[in-house]
Amino acid sequence: MARIDLADIAHAYGPRPRSEADYALKRIDLTFKSGGAYALLGPSGCGKTTMLNLMSGLLVPTQGSVLFDGIDVTEQTSEQRNIAQVFQFPVVYDTMTVYENLAFPLRNRRVDGAVLDGRVRQIADMLGLTRSLGQKARRLTADAKQKISLGRGLVRSDVSAMLFDEPLTVIDPQLKWQLRSQLKTLHRQVGNTMIYVTHDQTEALTFADTVIVMYDGRVVQVGTPEELFERPNHTFVGYFIGSPGMNVLPAWVEGRTATVAGHPISLPRTYEKPSGTRIELGVRPEFVKIAADGKGLPVHISRVDDVGRFKIARVRLAGHALNVMVGEDVQLSGVAAAIEFDPSHLHIYADGELVEGRA
Amino acid sequence: MDKVVNNRAWFMVLPVLVLVAFNAVIPLMTVVNYSVQESFAGNVFFFEGSKWFEQVLHSERFHAALGRQFLFTGIILAIEIPLGVAIALAMPRRGPWVSVCLVLMALPLLIPWNVVGAIWNIFALPSYGLLGRTINALGISFNFTRDVFDAWFTLILMDVWHWTSLVVLLAYAGLMAIPDAYYQAAKIDGASRWAVFRYIQLPKMRRVLTIAVLLRLMDSFMIYTEPFVLTGGGPGNATTLLSIDLVKMAQGQFDLGPAAAMSLIYFLMVLAMSWVFYTVMTREEART
Repeated sequence: MARIDLADIAHAYGPRPRSEADYALKRIDLTFKSGGAYALLGPSGCGKTTMLNLMSGLLVPTQGSVLFDGIDVTEQTSEQRNIAQVFQFPVVYDTMTVYENLAFPLRNRRVDGAVLDGRVRQIADMLGLTRSLGQKARRLTADAKQKISLGRGLVRSDVSAMLFDEPLTVIDPQLKWQLRSQLKTLHRQVGNTMIYVTHDQTEALTFADTVIVMYDGRVVQVGTPEELFERPNHTFVGYFIGSPGMNVLPAWVEGRTATVAGHPISLPRTYEKPSGTRIELGVRPEFVKIAADGKGLPVHISRVDDVGRFKIARVRLAGHALNVMVGEDVQLSGVAAAIEFDPSHLHIYADGELVEGRA
Repeated sequence: MDKVVNNRAWFMVLPVLVLVAFNAVIPLMTVVNYSVQESFAGNVFFFEGSKWFEQVLHSERFHAALGRQFLFTGIILAIEIPLGVAIALAMPRRGPWVSVCLVLMALPLLIPWNVVGAIWNIFALPSYGLLGRTINALGISFNFTRDVFDAWFTLILMDVWHWTSLVVLLAYAGLMAIPDAYYQAAKIDGASRWAVFRYIQLPKMRRVLTIAVLLRLMDSFMIYTEPFVLTGGGPGNATTLLSIDLVKMAQGQFDLGPAAAMSLIYFLMVLAMSWVFYTVMTREEART
């Protein structure tokens, strides 16, 4: 295992990048601690796979360098870097049996005999492939094939890092949970550096200790799942993480008061008049309440969705749509209601970026 | 919806039936008709039953032509398939050179067959052909119109030049259909170049290679124009392949009966071989 540093790295797929827009990955400085469990989270096309391939050596960055434990490996191949990587779509060697597939990365590295056999059987056991070890790989289902791909990534015990590029996309939900917790267990057992790319927030938040949220070729926030939830650095993070995402309302801010659609709202911190053309107030649906006594911001309820443990009220505040989380026991009658915000969980954003207030 | 029963709908199929009858069924039946009759001048025919078939199957001439045919097909398959795969592997996967390579590869396939024969005939002439003169200038005696080995050498070289492109194009299509993830995974797994070929490229090319072998097998069995223009079957009968022998018999000697019988045997052989080959290859696929 190794610590991985991406030093001032950027990547463009075209040969001569001119403008910022030509870069799939814009200048990034990032450190992955040895033995950490990381998730790269973001929508499709945000550059997360590019970043992963730069680390594994499948791509050479247009600029900057990749360091493993402080040693520059930018020009090294994946094999020299000793990386394990699992891809989104299953890759199996059709003509080989499951056993041969799992043994392949070890055989290529001249691992033989009892060590190889032990490793293969251990991984097969972990993934529930023991019974199909003798079968031809091409006859298996997509699920099983992806397990083999996963197994080939896990079978080497001495790798610098294990990289997963949305490995569970093709696997059915039931098994997804199982495999994800097995990966988590494995991480605890072997303590390898693991980096997991996904666009699924649940996957990222349950797997990783540290989540790196990416958007449009940039890293917008690095933090623990709690930090991302409690204090999104960017309206995108607020919106992307959480279900439903954070409510963002245009606001006018001065001192300890924000004004939304003519209604004053008191803030937990003091703000200088923030610079920026677009000032917004962000609040998660979890921190908005329907006021019992009817005192608060007047809203119009357009719909209520019951999602099990709680309900989500879709309301409109002077034309702005908001989501409010409501307890299962709260009765909503009629179309008019009043809402209040939990003052300790309000954030102010200028042009999408979080503005730090004074306490 | 209720099914409408109207037997007059069969008339809709009539044009196709007429077409197929005229371009396939009737000519074939004519040949069948000839194959069981003895013909004399003035359109006089006698029924002979299976006599011609027995005669052809027992004739040494047919055995010799068949032997040459198998030899020819075997040699060109053994050269064209590996060579085609090797060239396809060497071609670039992306970039501006892809189209250049593809056009260059397709060129031999665009030349009419008799022109190919003529080109190679002139090219290999020992007196003023570039190839013939060069070989002779190297001190090796070369004359494809007199020497059996030289004739075969030229014939095979011509076929390889003309048809390897087909194998290349098919193999290349098979290679291009392999997703990048396979190569990436192989890199991660530390696979050698040979392992990538053996475990990824070859299995993925299998389907198109089956088609390539099948096409080359059938085409080489039916080859006529090129060797006819190049050597005319000579020297002697050295390069008289099945189709050339057939035409010699039918047109040169006007032995319509034996020629018709031989055509049918020839036709059934190609059909049977293709069927056996296809069945074996697809069964193999289903089993693994």
